Amino acid sequence: MPCLPIPTSNAPTLVSDMAASQHPPQTLAQKLVAKAAGKQQVAPGEIVTCKVDLAMFHDSSGPRRLAPMLERLGATVWDRDRIVLITDHYVPAYDDDSRKILQITRDWAKANRIRNFYDGEGICHVVLPQKGHLKPGLFAVGGDSHSPTGGAFGAYMFGVGATEMLGVVVTGEIWLRVPETIRMHWDGRLGAGVTAKDMMLFLCGKFGMDGGRYQAVEYAGSAVTHLSMQERMTLTNMTAELGAQTGLIAPDAVTRAFLEAAGARDVDTASWHTDADAAVDEHHVFDASALAPQVAAPHSPANARDVSDYNEAIDTAYIGACTGAKLDDLRAAAMVLRGKRIATGTQLLVAPASKQDQAAAEAEGVMKVLVDAGARVLPNACGVCAGYSEERFGENLRVISSTARNFQGRMGAASSQVYLASPYTVAASALTGRITDPRSVL
Amino acid sequence: MSGAVGRVWKFGDNLDTDVLAPGQYMKFGIDEIARHCLESVRPDFAATVKSGDVIVGGRNFGVGSSREQAPQALKHLGVAAVIAVSYSGLFYRNALNLGLVVVVCQDAQRINEGDQVRVDPEKGIINVAGALMQLACEPIPAFLMAMVRDGGLVPHLEKRLKGKAA
Ligand code: SF4
Repeated sequence: MPCLPIPTSNAPTLVSDMAASQHPPQTLAQKLVAKAAGKQQVAPGEIVTCKVDLAMFHDSSGPRRLAPMLERLGATVWDRDRIVLITDHYVPAYDDDSRKILQITRDWAKANRIRNFYDGEGICHVVLPQKGHLKPGLFAVGGDSHSPTGGAFGAYMFGVGATEMLGVVVTGEIWLRVPETIRMHWDGRLGAGVTAKDMMLFLCGKFGMDGGRYQAVEYAGSAVTHLSMQERMTLTNMTAELGAQTGLIAPDAVTRAFLEAAGARDVDTASWHTDADAAVDEHHVFDASALAPQVAAPHSPANARDVSDYNEAIDTAYIGACTGAKLDDLRAAAMVLRGKRIATGTQLLVAPASKQDQAAAEAEGVMKVLVDAGARVLPNACGVCAGYSEERFGENLRVISSTARNFQGRMGAASSQVYLASPYTVAASALTGRITDPRSVL
Repeated sequence: MSGAVGRVWKFGDNLDTDVLAPGQYMKFGIDEIARHCLESVRPDFAATVKSGDVIVGGRNFGVGSSREQAPQALKHLGVAAVIAVSYSGLFYRNALNLGLVVVVCQDAQRINEGDQVRVDPEKGIINVAGALMQLACEPIPAFLMAMVRDGGLVPHLEKRLKGKAA
């Protein structure tokens, strides 16, 4: 049967709504993209050009790749004040190659007079909001796959490769196909010892690594609104593991409080939410109070199951990364380890996600609890998570880690076995030397 | 690009980047990678595909890694367009940024192997000769097709910058 061109939007329009607002109801993703595209509204499937409010990149994805391309094009940076450059992947340098990459980064920052340059302050996705660069309504791109983290603040943020970043850095624009929205609605409240990390591992286990289909995943419901800002960041951060383009959370008073403390001004939380009648592609409802701590077996986050399915012995516990070593993560680990020592024969490595988080954890006594329990503290950087640093997991090591990815060989030897879990579960496992339900030791 | 009629090579769902740009050839240049494009599912493809031919896929076309060689291999072999129900996001962005036309068409699988099709990405129309069928696809706006026709993002930027300098 012949088909005629169909409208690209599948959004049903309610007459009453249209009369009230002149526009069909829109999702948060649509509103953010429409603003960046300078349009009143956009529909899923529509391709638009967006003005970029902020471009973030790091030592690995940034100057070392962009500088030669810019030179070849004879082009300059479109707006140096909209660029945020952060060193984290090769920090601290440990050989000539990493030293050179950091030097290129610093030289480029200087030559281009990049004011927002954070050298050795911590992991990009954590430093960016802590320095007050994010706020609701922004349209941002990042030279890193976990850039959806920014969506926790009601900003549209996603990761791009070096070529696309070159386009952004030269023109300040990027094209985008307006994504459909998948809504993950979490009712209830998380139980004690259960975290945002467990929510995401659960979703990875349920939907797989392509479950997000490069769409916008929006997290909502009472369990989400009750999360701290840093816990929300873990949700949007690991949206990358679902294969979505971005993750979003409607901003509220929690967002505002965090951002104002970070120095952001004019934080508008009212405009950035999904309209009640907006069409979403999928709507899933979960009960947070029924969620058990999750553990993902090697070598994929999609291998997540309840912690009760595991009893494996571990020799290394790693608390690190943008996903799992923010202040709230360090606090969680300390709750498990307070006044205790980790099991003989296990090592506990802690790489706080940022200088600021480490300083706060020190002030609260959280760092002392961890060190007294036997933790070895590593620099505020990607560290073992990126697999770029001196510290790597050795042959056949059995690791439980609070990071986001356990792909084979990512964090060390291909024979190392990495299990992913929340900081609570990682700490509890360090305590016993086996994968352990944190609720049994809290 | 949109005017010509091309012959269809039809595939199903989840055609991955390893099938398009097999891992064991990734260390070679695009010539060699393209020679093995789709080899595991259609051994005759690379040798017999003609310039202007069209690939039809199902859901989640180009799933897998972010390797740019996957769309590059198709373009290198002269493929004029890919028509699929949906794409992996990375493949979709890479393809257009490298100058390969990819269109989203809910009814892609109604097109048959060997059909003669003409894709008009700007209008969002696919004409299928023989079957006398016209299918709708998501339109690609003119500004983006301009980039695709320039050969992708980098050549397009070069052109823009030259224009400014002139
Ligand atoms: S900590 Fe890990 S996941 Fe986060 S940005 Fe660094 S390498 Fe990526």
